[in-house]
Amino acid sequence: MSETSFQVSVGEAFTAEDVAEAAEKPTEQVARYALRLGDDALILAQQLGWWVARAPELEEDVALTNIALDQLGHARAFLSYAGLAWGKTEDDLAYFRGESEFVNAQLFEQPNGDFAQTIARQFVASHFQFELYRQLQGSANATLAAIAAKALKEVDYHRDHADQWMLRLSLGTDESRRRMLRGLEVIWPFVEELFRDDELTDSLKGVAAAPSSLLEGFEKSTAAVFARCEIEIPAGFVARGGGRLGQHTEFLGHLLAEMQVLAREHPGATW
Amino acid sequence: MAREETESGAIDQDALARFDEIIAADERIEPTDWMPEAYRKTLIRQISQHGHSEIIGMQPEGNWITRAPSLKRKAILMAKVQDEAGHGLYLYSAAQTLGITRDKMTEDLITGKAKYSSIFNYHTPSWADMGSIGWLVDGAAICNQVPLCRASYGPYGRAMVRICKEESFHQRQGFEILLHLSRGTKEQHEMAQESVNRWYAPALMMFGPPDADSPNSAQSMAWKIKRFSNDDLRQRFVDMIVPQSEVLGLTLPDPAIKWNEKRGHYDFGELDWDEFYEVLKGRGPANSIRLERRRKAHEDGAWVREAAAAYAARESEQAMAS
Repeated sequence: MSETSFQVSVGEAFTAEDVAEAAEKPTEQVARYALRLGDDALILAQQLGWWVARAPELEEDVALTNIALDQLGHARAFLSYAGLAWGKTEDDLAYFRGESEFVNAQLFEQPNGDFAQTIARQFVASHFQFELYRQLQGSANATLAAIAAKALKEVDYHRDHADQWMLRLSLGTDESRRRMLRGLEVIWPFVEELFRDDELTDSLKGVAAAPSSLLEGFEKSTAAVFARCEIEIPAGFVARGGGRLGQHTEFLGHLLAEMQVLAREHPGATW
Repeated sequence: MAREETESGAIDQDALARFDEIIAADERIEPTDWMPEAYRKTLIRQISQHGHSEIIGMQPEGNWITRAPSLKRKAILMAKVQDEAGHGLYLYSAAQTLGITRDKMTEDLITGKAKYSSIFNYHTPSWADMGSIGWLVDGAAICNQVPLCRASYGPYGRAMVRICKEESFHQRQGFEILLHLSRGTKEQHEMAQESVNRWYAPALMMFGPPDADSPNSAQSMAWKIKRFSNDDLRQRFVDMIVPQSEVLGLTLPDPAIKWNEKRGHYDFGELDWDEFYEVLKGRGPANSIRLERRRKAHEDGAWVREAAAAYAARESEQAMAS
């Protein structure tokens, strides 16, 4: 494949199939990094998919499914790209890895809980991903930059959706405020892990977005929403983390069992 | 046509004559036009039932979103179920132009007062059911719905144009799922055949009872809400799916299917209408489950809707004050 065969400008439709067909094979390090971002998005998509036909309003069924679809699209692009390094497809990676091989941050595998807990998780996830993709669109790696540029526009909407619900639930009724605060209490311990640098991200300067460098933007944009919600920035427990090393909370196993069951019943089959 | 009375009790012959003229000329009745009460009620019943069917119809397919066997299939399925929520929204909006509220329609649905398509009272235990629903159920829906794009009531006809475009994509993706399974491993082929065996007859029943037993059909056809009879549409559907089943390499579970040269149509066997009426009366495999899921979503979401309403009230108060 020639070096010029893969050119994607910002805003062009950019799919997992494009990546699988046209991207250059990534280095082992880049693939491991792409796998992290792909797993974050995949696990979040899987969680949000549960809400279909369970949301509080029809409009919310549409919105949550839309967000799930966007996340699934990002996951497919990142996993397809990572897979090129190991001769694996997106489906090999999604369906035939065990729990300890998943490298998503633990935030994404936290349960849906009630609608407020889902919104708390969305709030953190979308503000994090917004900062991440904003930086990653300037990556020296053209494929990561192109995926990030497309994802950024979509995640901007996810962020707005989460902010709008944060406001409504925080300032709506006593009951909604009580639930919103409880949702944040459950989710916030998993924020810290998102911003930890490690050996892998240190080795990809100019290619990966250093997690620690995203914290300032995240704190600034979330603090503005908390102020409007008349909520103190949550403090309290900090979970130990380890998702990036394949260490997970007790929820991921259930999620994977469900996600992978049919594919694993028919190894070698295509769908 | 029955004589209609205005609110004052006087018979508004002029308005009725105008209505009849519009229908006769194949033009559209719009929300602001006068219409007979029975026409309005028939449309409210039909459009809201159609909307409910889309909403309940999200469940049997939603059942496989978390387990779809490839990421591409997962994405397609999510998009499809999302389309159904969208269809439910357009249809509810079209019904609202006739004077019913969304709250009332929701209440009618979750209290079991309103009907929806019986097809969604069947379970989806197999992945291949995602194929059968697309190919057979959406296929039958298209046969039913394409003529509705010309329905005499404007907002309904226009909603159906968009819905039909999306449904035809849904049907193709269902066919493609089955084709892939049928040509896949032995287990996948069997999975596809088993599923088609279960969905064939219920899909044919989606066109409603035989014409002789269909009480509302004649009036709806006179009003040009409905354009073809149940049996005509059913025949059209059978004529479409028999050759498609051959391409799929799957059989349809009716030994009576046979090309009839004289009629220019496929003959097919009698359907078990007792089962149809059983499911209609609420004794289908999943009636209570579908309704309970809708009820639970509605009840669990009450605090969210209350919060949104309280927030909106607070915002508008603040806007007034400033």
